[in-house]
Amino acid sequence: MANIKSTTRTGKANTAKAAPAAPAPAASTPTQPALPPAPEGMVNVFVDGILLHVKRGATVMQACTQAAKEIPHFCYHERLSIAGNCRMCLVEIEGFPKPVASCHWPVAEGMRVRTDSQATINARKGTMELLLINHPLDCPICDQGGECALQDQSVAYGGDRSHYHEFKRAVDDKDIGSKIKTVMTRCIHCTRCIRFATEVAGVEEMGATGRGENMQVGTYVEQAIQSELSGNMIDLCPVGALTSKPYAYTARPWELVRTTSIDILDAIGTPITVDNRHGAVLRTQPQENNAINEEWMTDAARFSYDALNTNRLTSPMVRRGGELQPCSWPEAFTIAKTALQNPSAGILGSMAGAEDAFSFKRFMETVLPNAPFDCRPAGSQLEDFYTFNTPLIEFENVDAVLLVGTNPRLEAPLLNVRLRRAALKRRVPVAVLGAEIDLTYPHIHLGNEPELLETFSKNKFAETLKNAQKPAIIVAASVLTRPDGPAIMAQLEKIAKKVGVIKDGWNGLNVLASTAGRITALDMQARNKAPKSDTASILKAFNSGKLSTLIAYGEDTILADDLEGKGTLIYIGTHLTPLAEQADLILPAAAWSEKSALYANCEGRVQSANQAVQPPLNAKEDWKIFRALSEEMGTALPFNTQTQLRALIAAQHPAYAPENWNKITPRTNAITQSPNHSITNKPFQPVVTEYYLRLEYLRQSPTMHKCQLEAGTARLGLHPQAPGPLPKPKTPSRKAA
Amino acid sequence: MNTQNAPRKTQNATWRTLRQFLLIDMIKGFALTFRMLFAKKFTIMYPFEATPISPRFRGEHALRRYPNGEERCIACKLCEAVCPAQAITIEAEPRADGSRRTTRYDIDMVKCIYCGLCEEACPVDAIVEGPNMEFSAENRKNLLYTKVILLGNGDKLEPTLAERLKRDAPYR
Repeated sequence: MANIKSTTRTGKANTAKAAPAAPAPAASTPTQPALPPAPEGMVNVFVDGILLHVKRGATVMQACTQAAKEIPHFCYHERLSIAGNCRMCLVEIEGFPKPVASCHWPVAEGMRVRTDSQATINARKGTMELLLINHPLDCPICDQGGECALQDQSVAYGGDRSHYHEFKRAVDDKDIGSKIKTVMTRCIHCTRCIRFATEVAGVEEMGATGRGENMQVGTYVEQAIQSELSGNMIDLCPVGALTSKPYAYTARPWELVRTTSIDILDAIGTPITVDNRHGAVLRTQPQENNAINEEWMTDAARFSYDALNTNRLTSPMVRRGGELQPCSWPEAFTIAKTALQNPSAGILGSMAGAEDAFSFKRFMETVLPNAPFDCRPAGSQLEDFYTFNTPLIEFENVDAVLLVGTNPRLEAPLLNVRLRRAALKRRVPVAVLGAEIDLTYPHIHLGNEPELLETFSKNKFAETLKNAQKPAIIVAASVLTRPDGPAIMAQLEKIAKKVGVIKDGWNGLNVLASTAGRITALDMQARNKAPKSDTASILKAFNSGKLSTLIAYGEDTILADDLEGKGTLIYIGTHLTPLAEQADLILPAAAWSEKSALYANCEGRVQSANQAVQPPLNAKEDWKIFRALSEEMGTALPFNTQTQLRALIAAQHPAYAPENWNKITPRTNAITQSPNHSITNKPFQPVVTEYYLRLEYLRQSPTMHKCQLEAGTARLGLHPQAPGPLPKPKTPSRKAA
Repeated sequence: MNTQNAPRKTQNATWRTLRQFLLIDMIKGFALTFRMLFAKKFTIMYPFEATPISPRFRGEHALRRYPNGEERCIACKLCEAVCPAQAITIEAEPRADGSRRTTRYDIDMVKCIYCGLCEEACPVDAIVEGPNMEFSAENRKNLLYTKVILLGNGDKLEPTLAERLKRDAPYR
């Protein structure tokens, strides 16, 4: 290597290994001085004369990125496979007769790349002119305008006129559901959406038909995309061919005010940005975080923001003469004070942040001592073990997975993305114990009877887990709402210890909660640990008349029919839900976008969500309601500002201190309960049946209802007159032997 | 310096004295007045008469339509973005036929500085500043123009507006 004298020799010597036969460079190339050898596994590459050590096998584009040289591109995306079909990333490499597409060309020893030469500039200009031949000039009515890769790059790298004077091509728009709006004439055939659907989302529904000018991207048979990740295609589309349907024409990117926040609709805790204009949330988009969401976001989180402006509670309300009527806050507090003199209890829903859960807990403890209160859904026996022990990023190394009673595709789609990649790229065996599900990747269905756990050691999959270096078991939190939940957990722990899921330096036993709010509330220990203080007992006592007042704070799992008690129901929440309609007193609170709060995700990673807009009209931030009500009741809670409240939380829960944000703080995670019952033979029920309507918040969103309709019918022709949901097509799963 | 300037100073002083005594400036002034007695009158009887104005005159705004009656504005919001006084407010949504249209197009004529950038930014020649400058009002409320008022202005003035654009086109 040290004797290398010229690019001629380096080109020949090294591209043979990595690159597909590099063309022989011109003989007239001037000889270059000898290069010192690059470190092991690296090669010497010049980018615009800058010498770099680049990993062997990396692409020319990666080398250019390393040299901080921007290479324009459309089809290349670092999380998708390389297609190389837009030709925008052409660069000149000395000694090569033609410019090469840098996104798929591997680097070789001594390669000299020129990103600023006239040949490169001409190549880009030519490609841009070609792409613009059929691209319509409708930027003023295009929703991508202002944040469009084609717009930006044509300004930066394109020419100012075209040689083309014939007619432009026009393509029919495709109807692919209520989430994505298509204007297919704008498509530049980068195939990012096709690759995303096939590789990441796992629904092979997008494709290209025809060739050359007749090429069309679409679903072929007109139908709604059956994916809970399809919204990411909107972000991926570099032009305005795929845009958000609910957001259509509402705003321009330059008008929006951007706030960083957290998606709390599942347990992954995706970092998002909330865009608002004039106090209304107009869209939500994912942020990039390799350890959590990579750069994806679920459709439920992306398209459900219209719930924030639908059916909201904007003023305190009191039931007078059988009707709910608006009243003032002092009036509402007086009524609440009278009602809370009697035996009372409280239950907390699934959307609470740390501030909310903490102030609720302190309120119940200080103002209503010994009153039962709980933050778990009815029947849940979650104790001290409610988080993941395996960090999400470790799923890149996990080599065997057992899913118990859970469907990650619908419960945590971004976890399923990682599992899918493991199952397809690394052939990691995935087994399902529970209802039969479509996970989008091959898996073994062990059966649906929890009893199988008792004889699990005889199962073939136990052997697989034992042989794995980093095996993982994922249990849905809803398994613990079964009467035999604790017994199942205890049995799983036994198995985990036996087959090496729990061993030195590795703990692969995980509980997948339904939302980040549930984990946060359990972190805050917002429940009375005395016996008969769980949600089910509270409901029973309220229905039998033993309790005369019930505070339902953001409660979203109790159905209105479950309440038969004649007592006073105080509802603190954001929407006029069926439960709120039953209430005697309503105190309007702030939704997730209207308050700054801390949330823990399934790994126990605490993240901060910022306030994007103000609560509507008379609604107040949750902790302020508890603070004001506690003062009314005679014992004021010891905080007056959010800063004071956060300091109190941080003092009691170190994971919530600012220095520990965005880090994983392990929870104790001990399975404390001794199994009193044995495992029954009652089969596991599917955890989520309607993905788009799985939370009360989502049920408030008109868009989510539309999506659910399409999810059942698939074929758009049937929507919305379809009489009932058609059975969803199943991909065959391999049955266990 | 002094020796050089001295003779000219003496000459200027002499000339000044002469002018004063011979009332040269007075005669000049009276001559102009006398000449103007017979010149053509420049004063017009505003508001009964109007001065001719340039096709580029930037007066009251108007929203134009296509000859088939379809409104030109496509809610691209470029005028709103370029407006230095932030006098324009636009809201948009898909119309029933799926096309992009404004639901609200307001111009605060009190904020407006009549710079004409909105006209320049418009890709479809929808918003224009017309020849009318006589739209003063007695309260601010009447100077908050809505889409209806602006479209009405356009309908009233369309032939003039089209003519003005045509005359200015060679220079754009």
